[in-house]
Amino acid sequence: MPQFSKDNLKNNESVPLQRRFAPLFLCGLGLALVTACGRSPEATDGGENNDTRTVTVLGAVTGGQLDDLRAALAPFEEQTGIRIIYEGTDAFTTLLPIRVDSGNAPDVALFPQPGLMTEFIANGQMVPIDDFIEQEQLTQAFPEDWLALATFDDELYGVWLRAAVKSLVWYNPQQFAEQGYTVPTTWDEMIALSDRIVADGGTPWCLGVAAGDATGWVGTDWVEDIMLRTAGPEVYDQWVTNELPFDSPPVERAFTIFGEIARNPEYVPGGGVGALSTPFGDAIQGLFTEPPRCFLHRQGNFISAFIPDGVDVDEQVDIFPLPPIEPQFGTPILVGGDLFGVFNATPEAQALIEYLLTPTPHEIWASLGGFLSPHRQVPPEAYPDELTQRQAEILVNADVLRFDASDLMPSTVGTGTFWSGAVDYIAGSDLNRVLSRIQGSWPDPEEGVY
Amino acid sequence: MTTENLLRVLSAIAAVVLGSGGIVVLFFVANWLVDRLPRNVRPRLLPLVYLAPAVLLLFIYLVVPSLRTFYLSFFDARSRNFVGLANYIFAFTDRGMLIAFRNNILWLVLVTGISVGLGLIIAVLVDRVKYEPLAKALIFLPMAISFVGASVIWRFIYAYNPPDVAQIGLLNAIVVSLGFEPVGWLVNRTVNNLALITIMIWLQTGFAMVLLSAAVKGIPKDVIEAARIDGANELQIFRRITVPMISSTIVVVATTIIVAVLKVFDIVFVMTGGLLDTDVIASRMIREMFNFRHFGRGSAIAVILLLAVVPVMLTNIKRFRQQEATR
Repeated sequence: MPQFSKDNLKNNESVPLQRRFAPLFLCGLGLALVTACGRSPEATDGGENNDTRTVTVLGAVTGGQLDDLRAALAPFEEQTGIRIIYEGTDAFTTLLPIRVDSGNAPDVALFPQPGLMTEFIANGQMVPIDDFIEQEQLTQAFPEDWLALATFDDELYGVWLRAAVKSLVWYNPQQFAEQGYTVPTTWDEMIALSDRIVADGGTPWCLGVAAGDATGWVGTDWVEDIMLRTAGPEVYDQWVTNELPFDSPPVERAFTIFGEIARNPEYVPGGGVGALSTPFGDAIQGLFTEPPRCFLHRQGNFISAFIPDGVDVDEQVDIFPLPPIEPQFGTPILVGGDLFGVFNATPEAQALIEYLLTPTPHEIWASLGGFLSPHRQVPPEAYPDELTQRQAEILVNADVLRFDASDLMPSTVGTGTFWSGAVDYIAGSDLNRVLSRIQGSWPDPEEGVY
Repeated sequence: MTTENLLRVLSAIAAVVLGSGGIVVLFFVANWLVDRLPRNVRPRLLPLVYLAPAVLLLFIYLVVPSLRTFYLSFFDARSRNFVGLANYIFAFTDRGMLIAFRNNILWLVLVTGISVGLGLIIAVLVDRVKYEPLAKALIFLPMAISFVGASVIWRFIYAYNPPDVAQIGLLNAIVVSLGFEPVGWLVNRTVNNLALITIMIWLQTGFAMVLLSAAVKGIPKDVIEAARIDGANELQIFRRITVPMISSTIVVVATTIIVAVLKVFDIVFVMTGGLLDTDVIASRMIREMFNFRHFGRGSAIAVILLLAVVPVMLTNIKRFRQQEATR
């Protein structure tokens, strides 16, 4: 075994070696300096426009959608000469608090949901939009419901960019025509249709819940949609803040109605086990197999990206809004969405918000497809295809609009026990035990964990 | 965009050069400085100079964060208010945490026991066959696959399709061809933990086998011959000679696997996301820390995990010292 003796340590052959390494070291140091300079935005532009006005934006939009976002923001940069330094990250929810706490907050952040804003607002770290924008300008841009979703303590903190419509049922009109099925307009009609499909030897519902470490959101979306339809928006709002506890009868009823579909092996291919084993993006494929593996699929507008190649979208894909259950609550629509919030109301950041209130960025992204805007002034023709136009129509005609509850609840519940509880329930667990567990995990309001 | 990427590549190169080259330069400079000093101080100072960077780095990157984690574990979700032992009480009473503890014990017993046991049996058996290198290479192969990679492979083995659709999962294809209903291996609570543990065993058996095989080959042939002449059968040789003579290697392999099992979270994360009672302590820690951003609970679980590893490490060190003493 080689050992370091004192003789080894004493001998002096290190000196020539050190000379040999010196240039390498200097070279490394030089590179580091070059790259260190390269970090600052001025230097990347060739150093000539040091007086360029900039606005920094941190957002959760990355990948292919980032190109769409850049296209939507391009006219702003051209018109004002203000440069947007956008930083996209998958770890938005982790990174933003760190940046804000370390005094390095972006001027503007593009939040994937308004719930993440609450803590910053409570700490006084965000600037209300109505501090520098006229109320009239806001109401002209967004419907009352959407403004309400971004309002905290009577002050508006967010400007919407993108909307997600979740209360959609996807079906294959060709199959419907072949079987003589009609689009249901009430929940009872939908269940009657499901029973008819079973009687005809088919399976009515495509359901896929698996989504890696986010598994469970498909289930909670269902429950939220049913809550809105059975208990109404006011009770829903109480539920979001836990004024109405999870183990109360209205929540129990919503879960039970969901379970009548999700846990029924006649309704869902493979029953609960099949639902939990199917990735959420794969479930819609069942509509297009021959014979169809299933006939109905409740999922948000974004699922259109998962429609398999070779499907004729015009002929074989259509949607209807998830029908009402209690007639007095009409057809509520469950939504998600991205919104901008301001940390530093610099003149540049204010200019960006002004621009976002105009229909221009919304129309640009709408024309690129796969995008819905809550903006009032975006005409249906702005959307490139009939399917998206229909989604926009459903969004506009919604009797009631509510944001995804799990996104608004504390993350311990909203991305934790509510998700795992929905999964446990689909897998066959006792409902009362599931609900009391979720209720037990609701954090102490003193801690302010949102 | 391209200049941005170029700069990124350059900073990566600079980091590698500075990181590895810088340390070398540091040692040479330190050595050179010590050489300037009077001859009688040198031998005493030199080891310190060589140890200092490592100790300093360990202090900054290991000791300080550990202490800070310990400190944070007594605070609330955002590390603002002192909450005493509340996070530890949560860790030992929450139903999800208790399930994680139960699962970890299951993982520890089954993965360590079966990997070491199988590794030992294979090590002894392949010692007697001609195609030993091939057999060993095949069993060792999974060792080169990352936990996440292995999980992706096993996803295909455990894949489930509804009964009336063709099964693409290997296990369910076999089950269905035998005339049974397909099983949701990752969903069914009676089997999902075992399904995950199997993956870890598949990964670790090769590691155990390679080290144990080396130890088996180190047993002097004359001892075994003497036993044979005395009339011992193969089983007796295995029990009375092979196992006692390689016991120290067995302990080292077992403790290494125990530590690996305590740290495992990737398999759980990729396969089930800790749902349906499959969470382990480490995956729970990640979730509390990064998904729920409850720094207090995350830290408390980290401290518990650290404390759980300490006895294992102490056994290892003690064992190592004994060996050094008898050498």
